[in-house]
Amino acid sequence: MSLGSLPPLGTDPSTGAEAGGHSGAGTTVGGALPRTGGRSGERRGDRLFSALSRSAGILLLGIIVAIGVFLVVRALPALRDNNGNFLTTSEWDPNNTTPSFGIAALAFGTLLSSVLALIMAFPVAIGVALFISHYAPRRLAPILGYIIDLLAAVPSVVFGLWGIYYLNDKVIDTSKFLADHVGWFPLFGNDGIFGRSIFLASIVLAVMILPIIASLSREVFLQVPQANQEAALALGATRWEMIRTAVLPFGRPGIIGATMLGLGRALGETIAVAVVLSPAFVISFNVLEPSKGVTIAANIANGFGEANVTGRSALIASGLVLFAITLVVNMIARAVIYRRKEFTGGTL
Amino acid sequence: MSISRTGLLGLVLVGAVGLTGCGSDEGNAAADSGTTSAATTDCATGALTSGGSSAQANAMTEWVNTYQGKCAGTTINYQSVGSGTGRQNFISGTFDFAGSDSALSATEQPAADARCGAGGKAINLPMVTGPIAVTYNLPNVDEVVLDGATLAKIFNDKIATWDDPAIKALNPSVTLPSLRIQAFHRGDDSGTTDNFQKFLGAAAAADWTTGAGSKFTGVGGQAAQKSDGVTNAVKSTEGAVTYVEQSFAENAQLPIAQIATGASSPVTLSPETVGKAIEGAQVTGTGNDLALKLDYGTKAEGAYPILLVTYEVVCEKGLAPEKAALVKSFLTYTASDEGQSILEDNGYVGLPEAVRSKVAASVAALG
Repeated sequence: MSLGSLPPLGTDPSTGAEAGGHSGAGTTVGGALPRTGGRSGERRGDRLFSALSRSAGILLLGIIVAIGVFLVVRALPALRDNNGNFLTTSEWDPNNTTPSFGIAALAFGTLLSSVLALIMAFPVAIGVALFISHYAPRRLAPILGYIIDLLAAVPSVVFGLWGIYYLNDKVIDTSKFLADHVGWFPLFGNDGIFGRSIFLASIVLAVMILPIIASLSREVFLQVPQANQEAALALGATRWEMIRTAVLPFGRPGIIGATMLGLGRALGETIAVAVVLSPAFVISFNVLEPSKGVTIAANIANGFGEANVTGRSALIASGLVLFAITLVVNMIARAVIYRRKEFTGGTL
Repeated sequence: MSISRTGLLGLVLVGAVGLTGCGSDEGNAAADSGTTSAATTDCATGALTSGGSSAQANAMTEWVNTYQGKCAGTTINYQSVGSGTGRQNFISGTFDFAGSDSALSATEQPAADARCGAGGKAINLPMVTGPIAVTYNLPNVDEVVLDGATLAKIFNDKIATWDDPAIKALNPSVTLPSLRIQAFHRGDDSGTTDNFQKFLGAAAAADWTTGAGSKFTGVGGQAAQKSDGVTNAVKSTEGAVTYVEQSFAENAQLPIAQIATGASSPVTLSPETVGKAIEGAQVTGTGNDLALKLDYGTKAEGAYPILLVTYEVVCEKGLAPEKAALVKSFLTYTASDEGQSILEDNGYVGLPEAVRSKVAASVAALG
């Protein structure tokens, strides 16, 4: 409470593990150095470095703009030929002689599966991160951290194969149980067939994004100034109270950043979802049944090979939407972090 | 630019494997193949880049290996990137020929002709035939007969159990379990789905109203990824049924349903019944173009109606001379008796002689 508003001591200007980083191009370079030294020699190095980092920043922007332009240019032909409303149509039939397709079901499925994955992964990931940073024995913590990083490096197709050959059976059993006992809950309606569902896809996605969130959050938690934590303990806080009042508030922007990175991966995940999900172009909350949803990225993987010119252009249009969704999600995250910035003192 | 990059998506390099046996001379090959005049492998040299239909990828692997063994100094690369991508890479000039599950559409034809140079023409040559099996997983049931209407209802989730009266009526002597039917279709777009849906539309127009296309258009059911995905799903799920290329069903030792077409007795899938269906197909192409129109609703005795004919899309004239010679030489081999007969070990069916000889004649006319 009052502890939470303590300004963190030993303010470190580095942004730590916060995702992305608007630390910008070298604004903090050599602030404390006397600037009297040799004019040209050192200055040239400074200028060179600043030019290099600035051009790297500009290049990044350029790449994003180029991707956006590419997507728009390639999407336009299909959007012109489309006989349906691109934003509200659920069906996806762009290869027909009278193409008709829309993003509604795709966008819905993408968001639904990603949000479900986030709901499942987030608490576990934060728990894992806190355990490693504050609870695990000194010698165990680095090993656990290493394992988490390893998990983040597993290729998504492996998760997909594991999902379909191992997890699907378990999910079918779980789904049956849920449908039998809490079938009145709208999400769990069914008609007797389970598996290959949005539920399965969400679980696979959750496992995939868990290490990302856990790994980044752990880094943030480790950076909480020792003084803050000791102050909390000195005021009589238990370890949990210390985490609640000193660690979590300090780490909040970092947690949000990590979560958004995880969400970004879930939104864009292609192969794992294509392998485990039975796709259908419907908007439905029946997460336990197969053929009740589809995601943008998986649909691109499923349809690209056999698509004709219009079909391919339509798939690129859906990619444009995914691009936009990801941008919006990231902007929202940014906005949240910026708003928090003033409350957390110099952590950002 | 982007099109050439997509070639990496499903890159299956077929080439370069068969070069080890390159000592064999051309005379041998001619002696082996015997019957047809076209079978003398007139070797050309050089390299070809091609690709498209994944349904004919196994056939191509076999052909390329054998051909490269006969003809030293040739490299043929077939990328299994999907028919749509194959046709577009042919049109853009990346591929020297394309494998495709369907003939060039009317909208693609002008661009494809233009790709073959001034006055050129792109033609479709049927080359690989793959029967599509309806396969199922039912404990203690060895034989099942299904027809178009029943299949349409199964894949639209209108028939939910195996002991449904409609299925019982087709199988009076079989004891069918009261199992939930789990119909699996392809989650990825595929020529197999397209042909299966064309069959449903032709054989059961009243029950299958959502049309064809490489994307599954039915309601309900479940999807799995690729042919091996649906096969594995059926293998591991009691009560499951799917449509898949014959070789996948056979490799998984799954039973194949007989199809009641309206002929006097249900048709079993076999090279003969498939050949019969192809013979009944109508050639819709003109001149050397041999685009076929299959009669999916055929009621002819002993004709198996669910099959996939894949084409090679080539330039009749106008390809660069050294490429043209190699394309002609390679396709001469694939359209020969020998070329067609080696397919049968790979789950395909050779073209019936009446069709094969037409294809061989068209290949001979390539320039």
